[in-house]
Amino acid sequence: MSALWIATIGTSVIAFLLKYSGHSIPERFLANPKIQRINALIPIALLSALVGVQTLTEKSSLIIDHRLAGVGVAIIALFLKAPFPVVVLSAAITSAAIYNWF
Amino acid sequence: MSSPDIGYLRQNRRVSKVASTTLRDSFSVSLTVGAYGVAFGAAAVANGFSVLQSCLLSLLTFSGASQFAVVGVMGAGGNPISAIATASLLGVRNGLYGVIMAPRLKVRGIKRIITAQITIDESTGVALNQESRGEDAMHHGFYLTGFGVFIFWNLFTLAGALGAQAMGDIRAWGLDAAVPAAFLGLVWPRLITKRDRIIAISAVALALALTPILPAGLPIIATAFIAIAVGLRP
Repeated sequence: MSALWIATIGTSVIAFLLKYSGHSIPERFLANPKIQRINALIPIALLSALVGVQTLTEKSSLIIDHRLAGVGVAIIALFLKAPFPVVVLSAAITSAAIYNWF
Repeated sequence: MSSPDIGYLRQNRRVSKVASTTLRDSFSVSLTVGAYGVAFGAAAVANGFSVLQSCLLSLLTFSGASQFAVVGVMGAGGNPISAIATASLLGVRNGLYGVIMAPRLKVRGIKRIITAQITIDESTGVALNQESRGEDAMHHGFYLTGFGVFIFWNLFTLAGALGAQAMGDIRAWGLDAAVPAAFLGLVWPRLITKRDRIIAISAVALALALTPILPAGLPIIATAFIAIAVGLRP
């Protein structure tokens, strides 16, 4: 089985088990405020790291290219409270323009 | 003594009014969130997943952040274990939603399996929002939103995956920047306090610093320790 299939099936199985276990375990198990706080912070760390890696790396090296311009425009759009599709499209258009014309 | 007929009518009218509000809330959330599926389908194909794999992730994993994470880590050259670990860390919160919803929905057997699969940010959010309108409204809100997001998310995933497949060189269409921009759009609303923003910036810095040193995927998982360290502080 290819790596992509392992990732697809493995992620799906664990995602379901996590959802199902929530419906089956006693509430006090996860009532710990520290667990709740960590759980709220984990998406911030992981998603931010993904933004950085997908914008500024290529294989195992750091690189500045057209993607950074696209994500920069997305940050401006987010500061201006633009809706999600506008954020994504403005990043795509900016990045594509630089990639195609420079 | 009031006529039972009037009481019945009043109650009936109240019930139908609640249902229409719940229906409207559920539908608008379902359509808006489901449309993000285009971004996911495109991101998955842009990162090397097939259209079938993209669609299976949306059907089976059915949790936006986890799905984006697994395609992001694999796209960055990570191995399946780090991709699954990253996605699963992001999926823990669905388990917490299950803990909140289980005593409210009280379902067993096959119904519990289906209910678990649609226990996500949106279904839980709308259900808790509707709770003040009564138990029926909460139930309706949960299932209408859960199934609604499921349907739209999967249809839009297929559209995005097919669209990206038709593009050829994804860089010429800006898709390689649209993917991190989509992640950014997901994390931005969570950056409420100064502490949140410090975590975000530290995570970017740590992941970039570790990229030349560690195998792909691990620099992303490593940033979970920032969240744990901050969360453990009183």
